[in-house]
Amino acid sequence: MTNRYETVFILTPVLSEDQTKEAVKKFKDLIKKGSGKVHHEESWGMRKLAYPIQKKSSGFYHLFEFESEATFVDKLETEYRRDERVLRFLTVKMDKHHQEFAHRRRNKMAEPKDNASEAADQRPAPRRRKEENVEQRND
Amino acid sequence: MADNNEIRYLTPIAIETKKEKYCRFQKYGIKYIDYKDADYLLRLVNEQGKILPRRITGTSLKYQRKVGQAIKRARHLALMPYVADMLK
Repeated sequence: MTNRYETVFILTPVLSEDQTKEAVKKFKDLIKKGSGKVHHEESWGMRKLAYPIQKKSSGFYHLFEFESEATFVDKLETEYRRDERVLRFLTVKMDKHHQEFAHRRRNKMAEPKDNASEAADQRPAPRRRKEENVEQRND
Repeated sequence: MADNNEIRYLTPIAIETKKEKYCRFQKYGIKYIDYKDADYLLRLVNEQGKILPRRITGTSLKYQRKVGQAIKRARHLALMPYVADMLK
């Protein structure tokens, strides 16, 4: 039985670009090796933290969406804890609504690249984006 | 004489009518609340970063639990503050 998981981790900002890539690659390989399948990968880059962690005010965020056995999550998290380059991590199991949301989100992110000029003119259909829905309500 | 003391308004005073509260998640069919979207979650907290109660937002119990979960996850990942001042 495999489950879908989503994991986000924050790396220290002191690393150089190559070191960051290397650290990301390490975790990706770990997931692949642990019978996992990486479905999606997202790098948010350097971001400001909402509060300081280990006296750092920014961090490098990276997200993986993968499928694996439940026992693997423990191994991954131990690896996170051992690695001192990781400031924070979060692994969540994805339920069906979360999976659907992630799927839509990915499509949405892929779209603007193809037709960036058109996207500006076309208004996305209402009800698709939750942010818009609520904006209507608030205004 | 007593009639003169009576207060009269040129325009009828606005009597506050109770606005029906509703659950925004049920109304718009939002099934999943994303913890990665901090800008959106900011609407569900007060300016100190505390989660707004159901009696104010009108969220149904089912979704309030999900809101709480999402906000707590966002806080853990430093996408949202645990404590703040003048957030809005």
